[in-house]
Amino acid sequence: MKKYTYTESKDTRSGFGAGLLEAGRQNENVVALCADLVGSLKMDAFIKEFPERFFQVGIAEANMMGIAAGLTIGGKIPFTGTFAEFSTARVYDQIRQSIAYSHKNVKICASHAGLTLGEDGATHQTLEDIGLMKMLPGMVVINPCDYNQTKAATIAIAQYEGPVYLRFGRPVVPNFTPADQTFQIGKAVMLNEGKDVTIIATGHLVWEAIKAGEELEKLGIDAEIINIHTIKPLDEEAILASVKKTGCVVTAEEHNRIGGLGDSVAQVLAKNLPTPQEYVAVDDSFGESGTPAQLMEKYGLNAASIVAAAQKVISRKK
Amino acid sequence: MSADINKLEQLASQVRRDIVRMVHGCQSGHPGGSLGCTDYFVALYFHAMKHNPSFNMDGIGEDIFFLSNGHISPVFYSTLARAGYFPVSELATFRRIDSRLQGHPTTHEGLPGVRIASGSLGQGLSAAIGAAQAKKLNNDNSLVYVLMGDGELQEGQIWEAAMYAPHNKVDNLIAAVDYNGAQIDGPTNQVLSLGNLRAKWEAFGWDVLEIEKGNDMASVVAGLDEAKARSGKGKPVVILLHTQMGYGVDFMMGTHKWHGVAPNDEQLASALEQLKETLGDY
Repeated sequence: MKKYTYTESKDTRSGFGAGLLEAGRQNENVVALCADLVGSLKMDAFIKEFPERFFQVGIAEANMMGIAAGLTIGGKIPFTGTFAEFSTARVYDQIRQSIAYSHKNVKICASHAGLTLGEDGATHQTLEDIGLMKMLPGMVVINPCDYNQTKAATIAIAQYEGPVYLRFGRPVVPNFTPADQTFQIGKAVMLNEGKDVTIIATGHLVWEAIKAGEELEKLGIDAEIINIHTIKPLDEEAILASVKKTGCVVTAEEHNRIGGLGDSVAQVLAKNLPTPQEYVAVDDSFGESGTPAQLMEKYGLNAASIVAAAQKVISRKK
Repeated sequence: MSADINKLEQLASQVRRDIVRMVHGCQSGHPGGSLGCTDYFVALYFHAMKHNPSFNMDGIGEDIFFLSNGHISPVFYSTLARAGYFPVSELATFRRIDSRLQGHPTTHEGLPGVRIASGSLGQGLSAAIGAAQAKKLNNDNSLVYVLMGDGELQEGQIWEAAMYAPHNKVDNLIAAVDYNGAQIDGPTNQVLSLGNLRAKWEAFGWDVLEIEKGNDMASVVAGLDEAKARSGKGKPVVILLHTQMGYGVDFMMGTHKWHGVAPNDEQLASALEQLKETLGDY
């Protein structure tokens, strides 16, 4: 098992804030909008440097999505910022008609996704956003795993023409990917080559997958670990190549089992290479209040759950 | 710019013929609001707006228009075709398979003149505000126009946008409300009363202008000229455009029943008798 180390833990939303500032410096057409959550989205540095390119819309997310769509007409590249719940479910029709169907170059940037938002509880803990967004034709869906990768992703989507959903979170997590990485939309990242089981993880579950790989190694299981930061378009080639070798797969995500990364992987496998699969995901329920660590344990979204799922799926191999 | 009212009226007559023929041709679509807004569209595209029919999405240096109440696509399509955005013959494809003239306007099939999809109501004002703010960032002095239905004002997003534009001094924006007092299920004052619209827009901080005779070409032209004169003065402008649904076809007027119903052959013949062919049918 390849060793992964880190010197600091940081929140992915701060990676977004740093990436937005950098994207703004690279391209004067980059503009930002926020619905009264500037501090939570870490947009302060961008606003300080580019005040005339920032639009505070107040608590009016539907209007924010429409204004963002309009700003693209005239060549702007708008980044919208609010919590993931209010970036998706609350404004789904606005995104569908004014952004996705109209193919507008809007970057929908969504913080506080999933259970790790913590104490605010289920009203704010979206576990459906990946599903909602991946169903929209032409929408790119990205869920990076740490600070460095979120920063790189933010810079990369500014250079991509078309609507993007970028999902990130609130808690501090190990920052282990390289600071100088080039983010390639739609390209899986191989974290560890193995032969017994493929673990495909996204977002905060990527680090848990690495920890699980270390545990599995102690049990004599050689796990292949893949970071799928782009759920749509999905790197089908990387998934199929790995599963051909290992013959079974575990998917891990901070999302509802229905509609998330696991479903996307299952669809690829069902069509090309039917394979035993286990899901580490929220089992079709809402979340609740608690600390992020408590919630991830209670809902089975951690390294221990991935280890158990790997053992189970290996036992299902013929 | 002085307007040739007679010429604009002739254009309007032809656009109205196009509308009823398009809706009859596919036996679906929305003639009522389209006929009511014909004079506004013709005055806008053939008098008020500085625009370029060799279409460019970004519209730098030209006035641009958004249709928020997308169901009145027939009048939008006819106006665009008559203004030279695409061949008039293409109007015959309205709402048919493989057409760029979808039931509701969209950019998806690349129809020149359309800058955003509309149909699900309440979204156009926000998009127009965004486009107006992009113009300001680009130091582009041209204007952004948007038309909404009055029933559409029942959508909450409109009022989010209505609050935003004055706060941000989006004064290169001229909105209009098709104030015909009717919607699918009946008169607006029975379905959900709009209350005092002028007072509402004024309370939100808009400069409100009324065109009392929205189906009289000279009045519409004068109203649009006045709206342009009021732009650039720190406030967004909204026109309350008093129209009559179905205007120009006697049996479609004075009722909400022709909001989304197509005429049969006999009704088409009767309608066309009332509307002079001025530029040649498609």
